[in-house]
Amino acid sequence: MMPELSLNIMDLAENCIRAEATLVEIALDENIKTDILSVKIIDNGKGMTDEFVKQITNPFITTRTTRKVGLGIPFVKQIADMCEGELKIDSTEGVGTTISFSMKLSHIDRPPVGNIANTIHSLIVLNPEIDFSFSYTVDEEEFKIETKAWKEILGEIPINELSISTALKKEITEGLKKIGR
Amino acid sequence: MTTLDELKKLKEQALKDIKTREGKASAKIVVGMGTCGIAAGARDVTAAIMEEIEKRNLSDVIVTQSGCMGYCEQEPLVEVEKDGKKIVYKKVDVEGAKKIVAEHIVNGNVIGDMVFGQEN
Repeated sequence: MMPELSLNIMDLAENCIRAEATLVEIALDENIKTDILSVKIIDNGKGMTDEFVKQITNPFITTRTTRKVGLGIPFVKQIADMCEGELKIDSTEGVGTTISFSMKLSHIDRPPVGNIANTIHSLIVLNPEIDFSFSYTVDEEEFKIETKAWKEILGEIPINELSISTALKKEITEGLKKIGR
Repeated sequence: MTTLDELKKLKEQALKDIKTREGKASAKIVVGMGTCGIAAGARDVTAAIMEEIEKRNLSDVIVTQSGCMGYCEQEPLVEVEKDGKKIVYKKVDVEGAKKIVAEHIVNGNVIGDMVFGQEN
């Protein structure tokens, strides 16, 4: 199990990377009025067959070659089920995959979101060739960052260059602070 | 977004930094980011490595990731490639991560009791 949802998000994003995605979109939405927390992760990776999607919540189904269990998605499914939410997977081969999961925001068993700033910053800096779009919405307030906009300004300078990485972290941390997260 | 304006200024500095080190990296750090690594703390280890690098202004050190290396019970695993040698550290925590940067990257000393394996 993961102690923070932001770690589950990191883990799911790793699946996108392994699926050779060039764009990964991560959206978190905390709706206090409806009492629902939802997370959506969209990639343009190689996608999965319907057959594979049907079996994906089974821990004994995995593309890993290092061992025969895959726990990333089963973990998320378990948390969603436990917290009156659900997990949905929509995938098309050659097009990409969308994974969304929700849970009751106030559910006593709901893990904290945790350090989402670290998750997003690490993903961007560790995978400079992939574009990330991240948004966090709390009721009407939203923080959004898109690496494409950064990369356009940066030109030939990689986004994982130390001074840029530092600025990126500041942008994410301060942006989240503005929406109270 | 004010940072995008700041970014243009940062870009100039970054260009100078890159020029000074002639595009060469002095070391590469690879963190295992499989489900096993993440569950064992790899994300926070990565953040600690990056913070230490930032603190010491080691702009010529590359930090990157790999998938599961197949030794899930030893995670978080951190590989350091320096001076043509590869060392893999096991069960790295935040303190261990800082030590790797200070001792191995900066001082060039392999931390014996944390080593999982090595490749020359």
